[in-house]
Amino acid sequence: MSRTSPDRVARATPGPVARRLTGLSDRAIAWIFVAPTIFLLLAINIFPLIWTLRLSFTNMRVNRPNEPVEWVGLRNYQRILNDSGIWETMQATAHFLFWTLALQILIGFTLAWLINRKFRGNDLWTTIIVLPMMLSPAVVGNFWTFLYQPQIGLFNYVVGFLSGADPSSFSMIADVRLAPWAIIIVDTWMWTPFVMLICLAGLRSIPESIYEAAECDRASKWRQFWTITVPMVLPFLMLAVLFRGIENFKMFDLVVQLTGGGPGNTTEVTSINLKREAFEKWRTGYSSAYAIILFVTVFGLASIYVKALNKVKSR
Amino acid sequence: MKNRLKYSVAAAALSFGAAGAAQADDLTLCWAAWDPANALIELSRDFEAQSGHKMSFEFVPWPNFADRMLNELNSGGKLCDLMIGDSQWIGGAAENGQYLKLNDFFAAEGISMDDFIPATVAGYSEWPKGTPNYWALPAFGDVVGWTYRKDWFARPELQAEFKEKYGRDLAPPASLDELKQIAEFFQGRDIDGKTVYGAAIYTERGSEGITMGVTNILYNYGFEYQNPEKPYDLAGFVNSAQAAEGLEFYKSLYDCCVPPGSSDWYMSENIDAYKSGQVAMQMNFAFIWPGVNADANVGGDRSGYFVNPPGPGGHFAQLGGQGISVVSNTDSPDAALAYIKWFAQEDVQKKWWSLGGYSALKSVVEDPGFATSQPYAQTFLDSMAIVKDFWADPSYASLLLSMQQRVHNYVIAGNGTAQEALDGLVEDWTEVFEDEGKL
Repeated sequence: MSRTSPDRVARATPGPVARRLTGLSDRAIAWIFVAPTIFLLLAINIFPLIWTLRLSFTNMRVNRPNEPVEWVGLRNYQRILNDSGIWETMQATAHFLFWTLALQILIGFTLAWLINRKFRGNDLWTTIIVLPMMLSPAVVGNFWTFLYQPQIGLFNYVVGFLSGADPSSFSMIADVRLAPWAIIIVDTWMWTPFVMLICLAGLRSIPESIYEAAECDRASKWRQFWTITVPMVLPFLMLAVLFRGIENFKMFDLVVQLTGGGPGNTTEVTSINLKREAFEKWRTGYSSAYAIILFVTVFGLASIYVKALNKVKSR
Repeated sequence: MKNRLKYSVAAAALSFGAAGAAQADDLTLCWAAWDPANALIELSRDFEAQSGHKMSFEFVPWPNFADRMLNELNSGGKLCDLMIGDSQWIGGAAENGQYLKLNDFFAAEGISMDDFIPATVAGYSEWPKGTPNYWALPAFGDVVGWTYRKDWFARPELQAEFKEKYGRDLAPPASLDELKQIAEFFQGRDIDGKTVYGAAIYTERGSEGITMGVTNILYNYGFEYQNPEKPYDLAGFVNSAQAAEGLEFYKSLYDCCVPPGSSDWYMSENIDAYKSGQVAMQMNFAFIWPGVNADANVGGDRSGYFVNPPGPGGHFAQLGGQGISVVSNTDSPDAALAYIKWFAQEDVQKKWWSLGGYSALKSVVEDPGFATSQPYAQTFLDSMAIVKDFWADPSYASLLLSMQQRVHNYVIAGNGTAQEALDGLVEDWTEVFEDEGKL
C-alpha cells in the first residue's frame, strides 16, 4: 500500500524544523498565524488613528514643511464645534442619511417581499433589480447628471410629461430645494437592491413550518406578516441599516459628481467638507480634529446600534 | 540652500554647453489637460530633437488639476520635473521650496523678464509680488474674455428688432449693462427652430469657476482685494457698496440670461454650450479661441471676440495663464532648465503662438503682424492690458474656497444678500490672514 500524502510530507520535513514545530504550544501557533494580521491592523488602522489624534492638537499644515508645528491644545476642537458652517454640513448629512435609509428600507423590503413569492421570471427580475448596485458610483453620478439636465434630461422629460410642467422650468441639481432630493433619489436607486438582497436573505431564512403552524391556528396573512415575518426579518433589516448608515455617513463620490456640494452649501455633506479642509485648504491639524469628531460620532452611534441589534437577535 | 546647490550644478552643466552633449534625460512636464497642452506636445518635439532629452507629459483635467498637482508638490513627489502651475500657486511653491528660484539662471542665460508682457511676469513669475524674485518663466498668457455669435448678431431681422428696442445696433457691448441687454435679448429666442439663451457664464462650485467669473464683474464695479495703502486691510475694499452692486449684477445675469441647469458650469461646459449653438455669448478664457475659430459649426466668420466690458468702477479682466517652473525635487535640474532656456527663445515662442499657445514674449505679441495674425489676436492683446489676478499668497486655496462658497451661496443658491456674502467673505479672509500671522 502506497504512503499517504501527509505521511510523505511529514517524513520529508527536516528533523530540526519538525522538532521546533512540535515543541510549540497551540497558543503559540495561534499567535504565529494571527500576528501578521495584528501587525497590519496596527500599522494601517491603529497607528494612523493615534497619529491623527496627535495632529488634531497641533496647527500642522502638511503643505508648509518649513513652518514649526505648534501645540494648540483643544483650539481646533473648539473652532470646529463653534463653526456654524460645519453644523450646516452635519444637518445636510443627517437629512441625506435619514431619507436614504427610510426610502431604501421601505422599498428594499417591499421588493424583497415581492421577489420572495414564487413566480415565473423571478431570477431574471432579481438580476435586473440588482444591476444598479453593480455600477461604479462615478458612472452613476455622471449619467444621472445627464438625466437631470433640464433641456435634454430624461428625468425632467418624464416629470414634465406626467405633470404637464415645462421640463426646462426646473433643475434638480441647481435648485436649493431640489438638489438634496436629487442625491437621495440616485442613492436610493443605486443601493435599494443591496437592502433588498439582505431582506431577501432574511425572508428566505424563515422556516415554512412557522407559517404552516400559523395557518393551522387560522392566523390571517396580515397577522402572520406582523407577528412572524417582521420580527424574524428585523435583525436583517437592522444590519442593512447599519451597513447603509455607515456608508452614507461617508458619502462622497455621488455628491461630488452630481452637485459638487452645491448649490451654495446645500448638499455639502461632512465628507466633502472634511476633504476640502484637509486636501484643498491643507489645514492638517484642524481637519484631523474634524476627522476625530466624526470618528467618535460614528463609532458611538454604531456601538449603541450594535448593542440594540444584539438585543433583537437574542430575543 | 538646497535649491541654490541644485541650481549651481545645473548652471555649471549648462554653461559648459553640456546640456546637449550630456546624457539624455527623461523629463516629465506637468500641466492641465486642455487644448494648449496638445500644442505643447507638438512644440516639444523640436526640443527632443535638439537636446536628445525625452519629454513625457502628465496632464490632468482642470477640475482636478490643483488637487492632483498640489498633492504631488506637497508630498515631495518626483513625478514632475517641470510644472506649468497655476499663477495662484506661486506664493506657496516659492515659500515652501517647491520651485527652484530662477534669478541666477535667467541672469546666466541672458533671459530678461523685461522681454515679457509685464502682467504675465507679475502674475506668473514673481513672489513676493512686485519684487524681482522669479520662480517661473511666463509660459502661457491667458485672460477671460467673451466669444459671441457674429452670424446671429448680423441677422437683419435681429438687428432691426434690437435697434427698435434699445436704440442702438446689435454689436459687441461697450459696457456691462449693454452685455446684459444683449443677453436678455437672446434669452429664450427661437433661432433656426431652436431655443437659444443669452450667455454662458462661470458658475462652477467645486474648484475656482464662479470666482474666475464673478471677479470680471466685481473688478469693474470697484472691488479691491485690499487697501492699496495697507496690505491685508480688507474691510471697505472687498465688501464695498460698489462691490456688492457688482455681485448683484452677476446674480441678475445668472437669473435672467443663462441656459437652464447651468448652475455648475466652467470652461468645458461653456465651450460645449457655445459650440452646440445654445448661447449667443460665452465668458471664457482666451485659450479656447483657437478651438472656436477652427470649429466646424461656429468657427471662422460665425464667431467674434470681445474684451470683458467696462463697468461703472473701471475696466479689468481676470488673468488666467501660467508660468513654467522647475520642481525642486527633480533629479534632472539641468535638463529641466535647458527646456526653459529653449522655450524662452523667440523662434520657439513664435511657433508656440502659431500652434495655438499664447506667447507672453513681447517681441512676438508686439510684432506688427501679430494683431492681424488671428481674428482673436487683437482682443487677446487688449484683454492682457487690463488684467487683475486673484490672491497668490501661500494661503490662496483657503481664500479661494471661501470665495467660491460665499459667492455660489448668493448667486446660485440665492441665500442672503450680496452685501452679506461679501461681509462674510471679509470675515473668512480675515480669519485666514490672522492664522497666517499677517494680521
